[in-house]
Amino acid sequence: MRAEVARTGYRGKTASIGFAHGAFVRLGKAQIASRKPGTSKDEELALRSAIKSAGEEIAALASAVGGDAAQILEFQVALLEDDDFLEPVFAAITDGTPADAAWSLACDEQIANYKSAFDEYLQARSADLADLRDRVVRTLRGDKNEALKIPDGAIVCADDLPPSRFLEINWSQGGGLALLHGSPTSHVAMLARARGIPMVVQLGAVAEIAETALLDGESATLQLDPTAEQVGLFERRQEVHQKNRASARAILRRPAARWRGEKIKLLINIQRSEDLEHADAQYADGVGLMRTEFLLSDATGLPDEETQYLAYDAVLRWAGERPVTIRTFDAGGDKPVPGFTADHEANPFLGVRGLRLCLARPDVFSVQLRALARAATHGNLKVMFPMVTTPDELESGRKLLIAAIEALKAKGVPAALPELGIMVEVPAAALTVDRFNASFYSIGTNDLAQYVTASDRSNGALAKLIDPRNPAVLELIRRTADYGKQAGIGVSVCGDMAGDPTCIPALLDCGIRELSVNPSALGEIKQTIEKLGDGGVRE
Amino acid sequence: MTLETRKPNGEIVTGSVRLIHSAGMHARPAVKLTKLAKKFQAQISIRAADANEWINAKSVSKIMALRAARDSIIEIEASGEDAAAAVAALIDLIAADFPDGGQ
Repeated sequence: MRAEVARTGYRGKTASIGFAHGAFVRLGKAQIASRKPGTSKDEELALRSAIKSAGEEIAALASAVGGDAAQILEFQVALLEDDDFLEPVFAAITDGTPADAAWSLACDEQIANYKSAFDEYLQARSADLADLRDRVVRTLRGDKNEALKIPDGAIVCADDLPPSRFLEINWSQGGGLALLHGSPTSHVAMLARARGIPMVVQLGAVAEIAETALLDGESATLQLDPTAEQVGLFERRQEVHQKNRASARAILRRPAARWRGEKIKLLINIQRSEDLEHADAQYADGVGLMRTEFLLSDATGLPDEETQYLAYDAVLRWAGERPVTIRTFDAGGDKPVPGFTADHEANPFLGVRGLRLCLARPDVFSVQLRALARAATHGNLKVMFPMVTTPDELESGRKLLIAAIEALKAKGVPAALPELGIMVEVPAAALTVDRFNASFYSIGTNDLAQYVTASDRSNGALAKLIDPRNPAVLELIRRTADYGKQAGIGVSVCGDMAGDPTCIPALLDCGIRELSVNPSALGEIKQTIEKLGDGGVRE
Repeated sequence: MTLETRKPNGEIVTGSVRLIHSAGMHARPAVKLTKLAKKFQAQISIRAADANEWINAKSVSKIMALRAARDSIIEIEASGEDAAAAVAALIDLIAADFPDGGQ
């Protein structure tokens, strides 16, 4: 029995957050096949003709009903004749988006705007738009395909799902989407996010038959035929999630967080460029920490310059004028990389890791530095070295970076020198920050607490000792912030401490005015800062 | 309400009017406004007073997004051959509180 329960739980990748509990519906191959999008020209013509016939239908309906209802319908007709509204839709189609997906996404965006209005009248317009959206989609699809019959609020499971099939399903009563393949960047994922439908992709293999299912878009899990206990746990998680999101969302839309009249910058930590798709990421003041170790996890070996350049460039493009701090490879310690990190170290956390490893392996490091120097030619790039102990190490890294730039320029490749800063996580560096010629400091509180308290952070038995609020750790944070303020050098905190609401009063009190957290924590941290308010209440 | 024409460089006509509609700039007024605006050749932009962005008066989605409330001042700017007539007609429409059948 136990083994069977274990086999009905699956983990995939998040494509859209949210929670759903409902009937389990498994779609077969025949049911998935549907409207095949044509060339972008075909798609454009298909949409123009669908819009034309939808407009005629609505106009006919309006003259039949008359009165107030007719005026509502006139609004729908006006929207179909609105070039400002249609232009981006046709632009998306030219870029290769299927007509039904492009149209629905544009409508969903408007619907979300109306839904967020304070005014009840505007909120009600969202239903008119949903009606218009579905009418055009039905016209686009034609009535050749039999519509899917799916109970309201169901968890729909399929190998993959085209946008047209997604759009046929009535999601107004909730539900969720679980795909064995699929991708978080697909059109269906965009549609699911726009509608607030939880979606998990890349589940691998899922049983064909089940009565009910739980889909948790946050932890990317699917549970078939859950026990009462699992349902209870799930509902508690869902409740917490909904409460937090509702209040945090509202707060994120407001202007920057302030504490005692000073602006607190809130940036995000990302593991890879896909993390920017988190709905709250757009509200960040920039990227405070982009980790680059994901580039090392590729089975095909260490990443080439072009792969790296494209990854960095994607994040800089997303950020526009906002700053993006990219940390060079922080391998070693608890992050071994075959073919790169040293084997058999007795104490990996005290071993050749971070910048130490990169300086020992200039063959690997130079490739990364070249990619960074190329990316630095556009956007607001800052480069950060991890695990720095002495100023010499920073200077050695700088020399390699300058050499990389010169080599690129000699070949006629545009390159620029980004701002160069360090992670403050080794106590020796924290005690002597004034000796480093760095453009900025970012305090890595996880490692700093580990080294200051002499407690291996992977050893659960020491969890109590490794509290970053230990006065010795706070003292080092305060000294770094004080020096930064005096020298006019930015100091941020990018460790887990910055994303922990219980640590925020201590960090603000230490003089920290810049925090970098996971996108999902952004709302909660802003809320925490605002609650502390001008009084700066401390624990 | 005001109406002003700056002749020298290319006929920019501006005007402003108070929105008296009880529900603010909602679907019905927005549809009437865009329908009327589309009858003119001129490029017509409007904004709620002091907003940063001018928006196309011929786009119903943009006008709805203005979320102009009752009693806000609507500014209108037009350029092109029939700009003066366009601004005058739109001001009349808003000042008369979007009468039915008046277009």
